[in-house]
Amino acid sequence: MGDWMTVTDRGLSSESKTISQYTSEIKMSPSSLYSQQVLCSSIPLSKNVHSFFSAFCTEDNIEQSVSYLDQELTTFGFPSLYEESKGKETKRELNIVAVLNCMNELLVLQRKNLLAQENVETQNLKLGSDMDHLQSCYSKLKEQLETSRREMIGLQERDRQLQCKNRNLHQLLKNEKDEVQKLQNIIASRATQYNHDMKRKEREYNKLKERLHQLVMNKKDKKIAMDILNYVGRADGKRGSWRTGKTEARNEDEMYKILLNDYEYRQKQILMENAELKKVLQQMKKEMISLLSPQKKKPRERVDDSTGTVISDVEEDAGELSRESMWDLSCETVREQLTNSIRKQWRILKSHVEKLDNQVSKVHLEGFNDEDVISRQDHEQETEKLELEIQQCKEMIKTQQQLLQQLATACDDDTTSLLRDCYLLEEKERLKEEWSLFKEQKKNFERERRSFTEAAIRLGLERKAFEEERASWLKQQFLNMTTFDHQNSENVKLFSAFSGSSDWDNLTVHSRQPQKKPHSVSNGSPVCMSKLTKSLPASPSTSDFCQTRSCISEHSSINVLNITPEEIKPNQVGGECTNQKWSVASRPGSQEGCYSGCSLTYTNSHVEKDDLP
Amino acid sequence: MNFSEVFKLSSLLCKFSPDGKYLASCVQYRLVVRDVNTLQILQLYTCLDQIQHIEWSADSLFILCAMYKRGLVQVWSLEQPEWHCKIDEGSAGLVASCWSPDGRHILNTTEFHLRITVWSLCTKSISYIKYPKACLQGITFTRNGRYMALAERRDCKDYVSIFVCSDWQLLRHFDTDTQDLTGIEWAPNGCVLAVWDTCLEYKILLYSLDGRLLSAYSAYEWSLGIKSVAWSPSSQFLAVGSYDGKVRILNHVTWKMITEFGHPATINNPKTVVYKEAQKSPQLGLGCLSFPPPGAGAGPLPSSESKYEIASVPVSLQTLKPVTDRANPKIGIGMLAFSPDSYFLATRNGDFAVLSLCWHLSGDSMALLSKDHVCLCFLETEAAVSTACRQLGGRT
Repeated sequence: MGDWMTVTDRGLSSESKTISQYTSEIKMSPSSLYSQQVLCSSIPLSKNVHSFFSAFCTEDNIEQSVSYLDQELTTFGFPSLYEESKGKETKRELNIVAVLNCMNELLVLQRKNLLAQENVETQNLKLGSDMDHLQSCYSKLKEQLETSRREMIGLQERDRQLQCKNRNLHQLLKNEKDEVQKLQNIIASRATQYNHDMKRKEREYNKLKERLHQLVMNKKDKKIAMDILNYVGRADGKRGSWRTGKTEARNEDEMYKILLNDYEYRQKQILMENAELKKVLQQMKKEMISLLSPQKKKPRERVDDSTGTVISDVEEDAGELSRESMWDLSCETVREQLTNSIRKQWRILKSHVEKLDNQVSKVHLEGFNDEDVISRQDHEQETEKLELEIQQCKEMIKTQQQLLQQLATACDDDTTSLLRDCYLLEEKERLKEEWSLFKEQKKNFERERRSFTEAAIRLGLERKAFEEERASWLKQQFLNMTTFDHQNSENVKLFSAFSGSSDWDNLTVHSRQPQKKPHSVSNGSPVCMSKLTKSLPASPSTSDFCQTRSCISEHSSINVLNITPEEIKPNQVGGECTNQKWSVASRPGSQEGCYSGCSLTYTNSHVEKDDLP
Repeated sequence: MNFSEVFKLSSLLCKFSPDGKYLASCVQYRLVVRDVNTLQILQLYTCLDQIQHIEWSADSLFILCAMYKRGLVQVWSLEQPEWHCKIDEGSAGLVASCWSPDGRHILNTTEFHLRITVWSLCTKSISYIKYPKACLQGITFTRNGRYMALAERRDCKDYVSIFVCSDWQLLRHFDTDTQDLTGIEWAPNGCVLAVWDTCLEYKILLYSLDGRLLSAYSAYEWSLGIKSVAWSPSSQFLAVGSYDGKVRILNHVTWKMITEFGHPATINNPKTVVYKEAQKSPQLGLGCLSFPPPGAGAGPLPSSESKYEIASVPVSLQTLKPVTDRANPKIGIGMLAFSPDSYFLATRNGDFAVLSLCWHLSGDSMALLSKDHVCLCFLETEAAVSTACRQLGGRT
């Protein structure tokens, strides 16, 4: 009993769980709930059966429990447990039979209930499984529904497409039908036209037939004639001429002449048009070439190829141009050349313009990423910079010019001296050196001169002695020969005057006198020394002037062999000497080059004096 | 704009003389010659029957009056009013009659186009030309009057004969590659002859004066073809108007199409100027004129009846869809007229109620004529301004 109870209990509990599960999913009918309640309520059989049993009725409360049971049973409709009481106040006696019956009844009831419970449980199980089954069916059906829906959509789509196609085909069909209809209409209209014409012709034909019939029948016919008052003269006043072969030929000629004239006229028009168009084309070509040729100077990296072609094309076209202009004929080759060159140029121009467009668009789109592309702002900045530079350069040039001008013009002593100092330092040093050199040389020359003069004096003395000797000899000779020559004595005098004196003043005087006999002194004539550059101007104004002086001094150091005493006035150089001639000119204050040359020549009489302008 | 009094006229027979001095008009069987300046009646001639056709001779000395029903042609002289000439075709009948360019020969086309009789007013000679083609424009003379081109048809083939007008010598005779020649026309320079085919086939052939085929042009096949052809006065362009509502211009150097002008039902191009008659009365207006060069300017208001205003683009032209299941449908370019300086081309498309249009010799104005309206258009060529003024004229 107990085991059975527990088994059922377990099963019941598990069932209750499942039942509770299912109740959450499936709404149960109230009857089932009630049965559940009944089931729950009919589990008075807990595990501890015995304790429960003993809990209700103990030995103390038998009467109470009996009465309680009795009450309960009576309420349930069972007969009372007590015997029928004879009197109300007497204690009722327990009716064992009734109790046993009641117990039996209860047992039977219990069995029934259990049976019912089992049934219900099985039914529950069944229902659960049914539910599962239904659930799975439901999900499957749902899936099927989804798939079928999708299929349906797909099919609908296909259907729509097919309908579209159908419509298109219908449209095409309609078009074709329209076309057919149109053609049929055309045919119909032609047919009507044909018919109309045919009818007309038929009518004419019928009329003809009738007329012919009439004519045939009608013998008396009106005369076909012209009744004219008098014949009119021809329009051009001439007489009519017979139609002969000549006239026919003439007519043919005229016809051909007319045709030829027309053709010539048209050809002339076309030639004129051609020439104009050619001119326009050539002009276009020239302009295109000139447009494209600046490209040569700025070769870009990207357009290397094109510039290469441009250059080659330009050269080619230049050649072609000359050729074309020379000929200016309408021969095939020239025409082709012209068109080809124009096409070439146009292609180049087009590609160039396209490139420019691309670059412009790139600039607009990308900004300053490209190196080759100079944005407008950069360009402007560059131009500004360049302008500034130009300004600066101009200013520099101006200042330099001013400085140069200042140097050129006469300035204050201070400034000039300063200037002199700052510009000519090097020169000055050099000059000093040369001066020292010069002075040394001068000393040497002095010495030499002195020696020479001494030698000359000695020479003179010797000469004197010799002359005296000679004179005595001549005297003797003369005395011997008894003839005298005055001139000789004069010459001797002159000669002696010249040769004898070393006084330059006399020399100068004498030098001015015209000489009858230029006599060259061969033996060591006294030489003049040119006084050169002794008078360096106190204030040289230009570096050039100083330079001329220096070069003069150089020259003098090279060229001058002898030094003349100070005879010559400053700034006036001239050589006065019987024996020499030189011309030295220097122009102070001018930038024209110095003209210096010391040439010493041994001439007797020719003396020049250069006056400086 | 001034109008003279209304003169009676029958069958729309009213022609100015070529020298512009006289105006000839017909009333029933009378021929009235007026002076152009004074409109005084100078001469009055009476013909034998109702006149169907009058034509001035080229030197304005003679007028011919043709009476087709009687087969008679009467020629009157202006110099000598008493001079008369009557040409009776008799049983041959008369279908058409015209002058030769020298003004001394009359070409009568007999009935059924059996032959063309060339009557000479100078001599007694009569010439016959057989098998002339019965088409709209079968005879054409060159502007200088030297040559005449005639369309012929023998044995179901088309031919063109070129005659020298001075002595009617047959110069050239050649066949044309057409199915059914409809018209021929000389170029103004007299060196090219345009020959076009029936409207069932779009084909226009160009022949040189000496009969060589220069070129053939066909814009499309199968649809109805050429409706009207016009040479430009400089002979540089040939305008071909067709049933598809387009004018194609051929150039004289290559004889290929250089441009084509369409006539769309709605005008969208803002450059075209559209003059619209202000609808005062419910009658059909003259329609719209559109000039290829852009123009501007409002139309003045000369008469109180109606005026033109510039309609703003887009403009849809009112068109009645013509009946296409009948012969000779009223579609396509029916009229072409070049301005004398070859700058402008006036065209009439569809069934617009313009009956005739002609340019002034100076090229700066154009006159349009409808059933009961006259429209004068002026073009200020400096600023390309055009003004249009319209007058209501009585039935003339």
